[in-house]
Amino acid sequence: MRQKLVYLKETPSQTAGPYVHIGLAPGAAGFEIYEQELGWDIAGPNARGERIRVEGVVTDGTGSPVKDVLLEAWQANSDGIYAHPEHTGEVEDGFRGWGRVITDFETGEWGLDTVKPGPVMGRGDQMMAPHINLWIVARGINVGLNTRIYFDDEAAANAADPVLNVIEWERRRATLIARRALRDGLAVYRFDIRLQGEDETVFFDI
Amino acid sequence: MIKPPLQGDFYQRDRRWHPPALSQEYKTSVTRSPQFPLISLENTVSEITGPAFGHNDINATDNDLLSNFAQPGGSPIGERIIVHGRVLDENARPVPNTLVEIWQANASGRYRHKKDTYLGALDPNFGGCGRTLTDENGCYHFRTVKPGAYPWRNRVNDWRPAHIHVSVFGTGFAQRLITQLYFEGDPLIARCPIVNTIPDPEAVEMLVARLDINATIPLDTIAYRFDIVLRGRRSTMFENRMEGN
Ligand SMILES: [Fe+2]
Repeated sequence: MRQKLVYLKETPSQTAGPYVHIGLAPGAAGFEIYEQELGWDIAGPNARGERIRVEGVVTDGTGSPVKDVLLEAWQANSDGIYAHPEHTGEVEDGFRGWGRVITDFETGEWGLDTVKPGPVMGRGDQMMAPHINLWIVARGINVGLNTRIYFDDEAAANAADPVLNVIEWERRRATLIARRALRDGLAVYRFDIRLQGEDETVFFDI
Repeated sequence: MIKPPLQGDFYQRDRRWHPPALSQEYKTSVTRSPQFPLISLENTVSEITGPAFGHNDINATDNDLLSNFAQPGGSPIGERIIVHGRVLDENARPVPNTLVEIWQANASGRYRHKKDTYLGALDPNFGGCGRTLTDENGCYHFRTVKPGAYPWRNRVNDWRPAHIHVSVFGTGFAQRLITQLYFEGDPLIARCPIVNTIPDPEAVEMLVARLDINATIPLDTIAYRFDIVLRGRRSTMFENRMEGN
């Protein structure tokens, strides 16, 4: 008798649609329902390291802002440790490293407040430069898009980053580097995401 | 039998099973689909880990859409249903303690969202969202009303089949998934450009909840069954543990 392989197939993805806020950020949809919405505080009050803000806009192939997008961030703390049982090390009390960000419905601008993550050990003992993992869903996006935010003040670490170096086209790597500026003493990074067209952002199949 | 530990990479996502980024019939996808191929990445700790949630994050009643927005003594209009099932991985192992979030239109096909202007009436007793954690066997359940079909701007006469949006986490960020649940027997499923972004009819079948008469509460609530499968992980026989773990 023929040997059997018993694996299930993954549930196929479908677009989050224009009303994703109802489920994942009901306050933004226009109503209060949960005692606490999840994902508004990525780092928590006790996080060590530099407080930063990352801002941007997601644009489509016509260059227009995508105003109904939702992003989720996943990052390590400033010591490069993820709040997860499979990652050895301690994180600060209240540090989750995960959060949700939605855009302004008029302008498409989004911003996330967190701490700058530390470098994280990658495969084969190669250190990864500090980065924030992003997952992007919206109407018209059939499968959530994965990308990473790197930081332009980490030039040496970025140059050695094993993930950035997987990207064959050097000029495309630049789409993953957020640009730092100071605003009232706070480090604000700019990270625009282009879904399509000129300087299309690098998205990963993870 | 002792099962080997599941600490390896996630199985590669079958991109022919999922919808492609670009599908002409679903017009919004045309300008929102990347044109360059995705860069394939071997999992690192950044993809294998992901957020965890607990019973402090949510309330036990968040999974009851019949009551979680209802005014005192009120109840939403519509067919009362239970939606239940299990969250499993591709190895058919249950995924316990994972967050499942849903959102949907009310029985007249109207969303409680400031951007929805459909003429179907809002229901003062229905919010349209719920969330829950799977139990130790990966089981979850919600109580809600069956959503109505609604028109949407794609072609002039496109209608979404009745559906519930479903968001699931799993244990690693690489498992993150949003999908939609449809209902057995709905003639709008086959006509829907969003459903039809999925190339394989077998894959569409995975999104169709089945009437589950055994789980139905007689004289009270009809049940539908909807199992969800997240990516599975390789066991780590014959290889070193991934560095950084
Ligand atoms: Fe919908």
